[in-house]
Amino acid sequence: MEELKELYQQVILDHNKNPRNFGELPTCNRHAEGHNPLCGDQIEVFILVDEDTGKIEDVRFKGAGCAISKASASIMTTLLKGKTIEEAKELFEQFHKVVTSDPSSNPDIINLGKLAVFCGVREFPARVKCASLAWHTMLNALDNHTTTKVSTEQL
Amino acid sequence: MSNIDERLLEIRQDFPVLNRLVYGKPLVYLDNAATTQKPKCVISAISDYYLNYNSNIHRGVHRLSQEATDEYEKSRKIIKEFINAKNASEIIFTRGTTEGINLVANSFVRPRLNEGDEVLITYIEHHSNIVPWQIVCEETGAKLKVAPINDAGELVFEEFEKLLTEKVKFVSVVYVSNSLGTINPIEEIIKKAHSKGIPVLIDAAQAIQHIKIDVRALGCDFLAFSGHKIYGPTGIGVLYGKEEHLEKMRPYQGGGDMIKSVSFERTIYNDLPYKFEAGTPNIEGAIGLGKAIEYVDQIGFDFIVEHESQLLKYAHEKLSEIDGLKIIGTASRKASVVSFVLDNVHPHDVGTMLDVDGVAVRTGHHCTEPIMRRFGVPATTRASFAFYNTRQEIDILAQSIQKVIKMFS
Repeated sequence: MEELKELYQQVILDHNKNPRNFGELPTCNRHAEGHNPLCGDQIEVFILVDEDTGKIEDVRFKGAGCAISKASASIMTTLLKGKTIEEAKELFEQFHKVVTSDPSSNPDIINLGKLAVFCGVREFPARVKCASLAWHTMLNALDNHTTTKVSTEQL
Repeated sequence: MSNIDERLLEIRQDFPVLNRLVYGKPLVYLDNAATTQKPKCVISAISDYYLNYNSNIHRGVHRLSQEATDEYEKSRKIIKEFINAKNASEIIFTRGTTEGINLVANSFVRPRLNEGDEVLITYIEHHSNIVPWQIVCEETGAKLKVAPINDAGELVFEEFEKLLTEKVKFVSVVYVSNSLGTINPIEEIIKKAHSKGIPVLIDAAQAIQHIKIDVRALGCDFLAFSGHKIYGPTGIGVLYGKEEHLEKMRPYQGGGDMIKSVSFERTIYNDLPYKFEAGTPNIEGAIGLGKAIEYVDQIGFDFIVEHESQLLKYAHEKLSEIDGLKIIGTASRKASVVSFVLDNVHPHDVGTMLDVDGVAVRTGHHCTEPIMRRFGVPATTRASFAFYNTRQEIDILAQSIQKVIKMFS
């Protein structure tokens, strides 16, 4: 678990400092806002879905929050590009399992790929919501064609 | 070893939890503004109640019920002495500060409010001294007014005076800010409000454990605090109210124990304080709180004030030395609370990393969102000290913060 912790620290620190796909996406056709009222984290997710192929062409996010919420959003955007809506939802399910599973269980790191970084979050149950905010916001954006707001306290 | 160090060693032995390890490191508990740890005597008083005389109060004729009633009422007397109330009947047991404020908002203030009237608070209130007033104002058409603070987090008294117009029917102010540590000038506030005939409630949730309170010297109309902030159990609190007010007030909740007689046509309410204590109360909580207050009295406010002000001074010095750290709340009169932010590191990340070093602090908006907006920060990290904390613990806090800064640089 020590290695995992290290991995978690390095990747999260990197994405916190240099978030990928950060900013607005004016051409988006899916959009949602997320809010964690307990800590004040705010996030917006913009998604451009190709309506013919059903694939995510581009995704961006903006907002203010802690390193874990920012890095989680950043990593999420890098995983979503090129995925179909169904694949994105499957990815959400996988992510959800990773952050909410029992910390003593042995994660299947090889199959988890980039999601393995979130195993570290399980160690700190108080931080699961920080990591989840972007993902729930993304799911909400995909399910709704108009702008919606999601709160971690309604999940 | 100095006298104070020896005394501290002894005191720390009274708190078993202070000996535990967190992630293999000694616990450094600096989240006392959220809740304080409990001394052995409080824990024993609660277990003694359950082991030896658990029973309901005020209604049994049997021995156990008498013992429980005696202990419950003894706590009320201890609290009466502690805050120097005139009568024990002015001490009402509640669930905590929040319930005390809601009780006054509903039973005292609501019936007096008409459209266009005002309730005045200050900018540094906890949500629990904002929201109850918003609710009663919304329902009566009254307005909630807020006296501003300066950049140090202190009340701008001239502005408070200006807002204290004839429209104001009630003033409710915090004694000590939970997120900034600011001590409000409640003596002046009460004096000024009373000169205009306006009653005042003091939210003493963060003051009762730091400052010796004398309700008769202060002259406040109501004062509310929570047991768990003064080394007692959670779920028990106190509302002090002047007898003349309490007598006239309608009950807050109806139920058992708050009545003298009930028929379907008419109910006669019980005398003070029972009129406001409907239902079986938190008996263990009241007994535990009485014990906690005896313990605090035995430690003594001379020691508490002296040691905590030393800790606060030392913490300000140590944290001010750290590059990229900014203290939020620099009032000249402050209780032992230090809120701070770091450049480029979110407080939640600070909190998690300090935790791994065994240091327990609070991160977030501390239920004071208006203050966070006033200072332009989403949240802060807050270290709050009790009389059992040491200078060495502040050193550990400072070292741990340095580690966080290094990691994020």
